[in-house]
Amino acid sequence: MGDTALMDSLLILAQASAATTFIQTLVKGLALGSVYIMMGLGFVIIFKGTQVLNFAAAALSMAGAVFMSILIADGGLPFLPFDNPLAPAEGTTPGIPLWLVNIALALIFAAIVGLIIERLAIRPMIGQPLFAMAVITLGVEIALRPFSIDATALEGRSIGVPWGAESWTLGDALIPKSYIAAIVMALVAGAIVFAFYRSRFGVAMRAVAFDQEAAMAQGINVARVFQIAWALGVALAALAGIAYGMAPFPPGGNVSQEIHPILAFRVLPVIVLGGLDSVIGVLYGGFLIALAEVFAGQYLSQYGSTLGPGYSTIVPYIVMLIVLVVRPFGLFGTPEIRRV
Amino acid sequence: MAYRRPLLRTAYEQDAAMLPTWFQRGAFFLLIFTFCLAALGAPFLSGIPSFFLGGTWINPVTNIFPLGIAALGFLILVGFTGQVSIGHAFFMGVGAYVAVSLGGNGDGWKACVPFHDEVGLLDQAAQCGMGLPMWVWLPMAGIGATLVGILVSPAAVRVRGLYLAIATIGLIFIGLHLGRMLPEYAGDFESGRRWPELQFKWWQEETPLIDMTSDGKWFGLIHLTEEQKQFFFLLGMLLIFGVITKNIARSRTGRALQAIRDRDIAAEVMGVPEFKYKLIGFAISSFYAGIGGALFASYNGRVAPVQWSLLLSVDFIAILLIGGIGTIAGTMLGLVFVELTPEVVKKFTEWLADQLGNGGLTGWVADVLLTQGGDFGPIAVTPAAPGWPMSVFLWNFVIFGVLIVVFMIFEPQGLYGIWLRIRNYWKGWPFSY
Repeated sequence: MGDTALMDSLLILAQASAATTFIQTLVKGLALGSVYIMMGLGFVIIFKGTQVLNFAAAALSMAGAVFMSILIADGGLPFLPFDNPLAPAEGTTPGIPLWLVNIALALIFAAIVGLIIERLAIRPMIGQPLFAMAVITLGVEIALRPFSIDATALEGRSIGVPWGAESWTLGDALIPKSYIAAIVMALVAGAIVFAFYRSRFGVAMRAVAFDQEAAMAQGINVARVFQIAWALGVALAALAGIAYGMAPFPPGGNVSQEIHPILAFRVLPVIVLGGLDSVIGVLYGGFLIALAEVFAGQYLSQYGSTLGPGYSTIVPYIVMLIVLVVRPFGLFGTPEIRRV
Repeated sequence: MAYRRPLLRTAYEQDAAMLPTWFQRGAFFLLIFTFCLAALGAPFLSGIPSFFLGGTWINPVTNIFPLGIAALGFLILVGFTGQVSIGHAFFMGVGAYVAVSLGGNGDGWKACVPFHDEVGLLDQAAQCGMGLPMWVWLPMAGIGATLVGILVSPAAVRVRGLYLAIATIGLIFIGLHLGRMLPEYAGDFESGRRWPELQFKWWQEETPLIDMTSDGKWFGLIHLTEEQKQFFFLLGMLLIFGVITKNIARSRTGRALQAIRDRDIAAEVMGVPEFKYKLIGFAISSFYAGIGGALFASYNGRVAPVQWSLLLSVDFIAILLIGGIGTIAGTMLGLVFVELTPEVVKKFTEWLADQLGNGGLTGWVADVLLTQGGDFGPIAVTPAAPGWPMSVFLWNFVIFGVLIVVFMIFEPQGLYGIWLRIRNYWKGWPFSY
């Protein structure tokens, strides 16, 4: 009799904790998916607008996080010998509005870097093969990376998250505030991108993506479209870098020398899954890959000694390889038309 | 025989010759001859590389030979077949680990069973290594890499263009994870393990037949140092693989691969099975990568799993693009340029550091470029605290990246294209064409 009651209560407890674990894992997956979506949107906007697969996104997203750190923690401006007028008082955590304003500043600086790269390295290559452009961005990535590694090797590169690592409790489940913030950031970024696509420039960009020469013949300023695509794409990559720096994510409130530089490479499966030129594909791909990664990390952890430490980070690549065998152009990508 | 027009072929054999013109034949053999003499320490010839690379120039130069073998494989895949892969370092790693499992010192075959600890064969962190001689592990390294290449090729052959490049990046990260996950093969993730030494043995006897790890006489003929022996051995391997590559390029297989590169549907219409030849291209390139990786690891002695990374793959892309895509000579030019530039830069900064106090022009340049404390030179002399004056090691990455961008923008044909332009200018001289 007593045994049954104990069993029942244990069962309820187990169920409750299972549900709690599930909710926590789900939120974690959605938050990671949001980061992936921000980064993926950056990739896709640049690819759609300029036919460039931007491998430099890795260094650029890290640059965004480093800029944020310079603005918030050092109270200076990147590249400029001035103080940041919007920096929080020294040694204090900024309030949320001030923090958001500083994010906007960091994104502007990242966008400027994107414009410089576009002008110096991409513009001379308009009309060249896809692969040549992709290799150029690989070169940019390698050239930029030492600077960001150098910058983060200094101690304490915090990005000053206002809420630190606090969380809300929902029932028994702990919901970190940063996860919700990442989801909100992705929603805002997604809304901006969708609004942008319906604006005049967005239509111009879609026209350029469809046929560069025909768009030029219609009087569209293709060079301007390139600039906007790069500014927006790099800003989104930087936003992803900043969002990924928030506390329960592995870098833990800092710019990480190990994790930030490969964030963009972890997003490659997302854009391949969705299709390189599909904005809607990024949404599906981001959530699918992130949920697969997080759920594999949570529910296969008992096999962790066999699978090796950090096995969940290669789940996206395995999903990607399987999807590519079945659909070589991703789920929503445009198949290349092959002519003899 | 009147005036010999260049590029006039009267027989098919001439067109298919390995080195069609007398200039190419002469230049090739002269180059090899000079190389050998320089390695033997001929007074003037060995002075040239030691001016750029310092007295121990033979080590960095020997190091590029195994990479050259892998680069030739990359040439077959990217230059001949037109399949852009960024996963070449992964296949090099596979070859290297097959080599070390078969040839390295370890705890016998039981340690080679994956997860031997969980299965219960050996309950300790043993390392896999069977101590077999080189004539076993070197070919098996190539074959092992080929098998893995064939294993992934169903995915790789279906996927095109950038999607293929991204999919192969996935291979790199999976490979890095395997390196972390299987320490019985890979050793410690940060420091790696020891590879078998380069030496010929019949079986596991004490004195090797051909010894490459100590100074001494070779075949009772010529006295060589350890470095010289390895130099000649690896140069020989590179030459063998170069000849094989040239033969593949001019054979039926090579023509099929190039047909697929140029127009895949047209090739298929003409009766070249696309799937089969893409698979062959992938397999051959993996074989080269496996051999190159095994020799590279073996020459370096100790390689950590983190070294089979994206950066190594990008090295090969840079070699092909900077050298000039599609030719063996261009690949070799690119190899020398890409792999030796960092060494030259390092040597140059060391030389500048010596000039610091000297005054004059060199002292002034050194003062501007280098930093020893307070001033604002971009290059740090001592690899002290990380911070703005970056070390030469990091600057080399910047130079490497900028070189890729500059070559892609200004000279898409690469170094080989520059050579072609110079040649064509003098061919028609004094007329412009």
